[in-house]
Amino acid sequence: MEGGNDRNYDAIVIGTSAGGLDALGVILPAIHTRIPVPILIVQHISASSDSFIVTYFDRLCTLTVVEGSEKAPLLPGHVYFAPPDYHMLVEEDRTLSLSNDEKVNYSRPSIDVLFETASWVFRSRLIGIILTGANWDGAHGLALIGLSKGLTIVQNPLNSAVSRMPEAAIETRKPDYILNLDEIGPLINSLFGLTPTQS
Amino acid sequence: MALQGVEEENQGRDIEAIELDLLLEGVYQRYGYDFRDYGKAHARRRILHRLAMSGLKTIAELQHKVLHDESFFHILLQDLSINTTEMFRDPDFFLELREQVIPVLKTYPFIKIWHAGCSTGEEVYSMAIILKEEGLLNRSQIYATDFNPVVLQSAREAIYPASLMKDHTRNYIKSGGKHSFSDYYSARYDSAILKKSLKENVVFADHNLVTDGVFGEMHLVMCRNTLIYFNKTLQDKVIGLFKDSLISGGFLCLGSKESLTFSAHKEAFNPLVAKWKIFRKKY
Repeated sequence: MEGGNDRNYDAIVIGTSAGGLDALGVILPAIHTRIPVPILIVQHISASSDSFIVTYFDRLCTLTVVEGSEKAPLLPGHVYFAPPDYHMLVEEDRTLSLSNDEKVNYSRPSIDVLFETASWVFRSRLIGIILTGANWDGAHGLALIGLSKGLTIVQNPLNSAVSRMPEAAIETRKPDYILNLDEIGPLINSLFGLTPTQS
Repeated sequence: MALQGVEEENQGRDIEAIELDLLLEGVYQRYGYDFRDYGKAHARRRILHRLAMSGLKTIAELQHKVLHDESFFHILLQDLSINTTEMFRDPDFFLELREQVIPVLKTYPFIKIWHAGCSTGEEVYSMAIILKEEGLLNRSQIYATDFNPVVLQSAREAIYPASLMKDHTRNYIKSGGKHSFSDYYSARYDSAILKKSLKENVVFADHNLVTDGVFGEMHLVMCRNTLIYFNKTLQDKVIGLFKDSLISGGFLCLGSKESLTFSAHKEAFNPLVAKWKIFRKKY
């Protein structure tokens, strides 16, 4: 990712559980194709799932959607979903790694694991987003992003399919933005000086 | 986990990353266990977890304690060891093993298997059960290794929580099991003890993939979900170790998210079951 002085962020991380597929179905298609950073996502999902999420979203939006694989370098305009039954982590050289270490917050993949490791690497140059969900995974990770001076966004609990996860994130540390679903994509685009997507 | 101390300047390399490297270097020099080429993100999470439990403030303080207190080092060693496993984990993998690999193994008069990074032994005994059902166990020798003496001892004992047997049974059935899974263990209170006959052809041994050498003339090497914790340099080294340990035509079984795609030794293997990362060493 050369240059980098004309913008403030190098990556976006998103975490969600129950209701997440619908929420991501609103946000991802709204994000501009020329988004100059990678988007890393943990969607809680059962361990025995296949890769239908990746196929589904790759069809749904103009971004390139893949399953996160170990040692994969993070590319702009690419969306990386954590694979079922693995934690997805970011390494200092900005590649991905996977682990089947014990569950965190009863979850594998865990949002906290992604957010913490991404925060260590990207620090203030990271955008963290917590969406609808039924437990508190991600609240700690989002707080860490906030403390590291990254940008934090939480879906409005009143507008969330399941409000527990956004509420936990807001209670742990006040985020920079609390937004309705349809406001998140446009904000992301504007942060990178992009006009609404053509699709 | 502690959140304090993260509001440092966003300049230069992150202090904790520096401290982690120094800690791992110290551990290597003092105790000979080499985690320097492990993926750092995972190691850092584990070390920070220990830090939060210990009441110490920084990884540097933890380093001091580790260098001067050997018993604390052994705690840290357990932290850095990965022990998530179950019997017949990924049943489809074991089904492929049974259908694609076992018929070839049957053609050998004697079969040598190296299970590297065996942890508490669940997959070793899964393999032993398949070999038994296929009539191969009495002419097989399984070498099961790990660097962690604590998990090796558990593996030797082969006593598992009875509460897990339901999951293990379901996996066993999905993996093409031919008998009743309860034939293989006896339940005592909260524990399930695996049958002795499954252990007879297994040798458990202390072996460190990072610092130790080759096991000779193996027909199959199984190492699932260990390489994902290594950086590329170490992955290449260890896959080279496996390559040199295998006979021509021998099988290499990796974890479902591990691959040889970027490996320096890619050309030495052909994929047999691509989805489940079963490879064959070329002749």
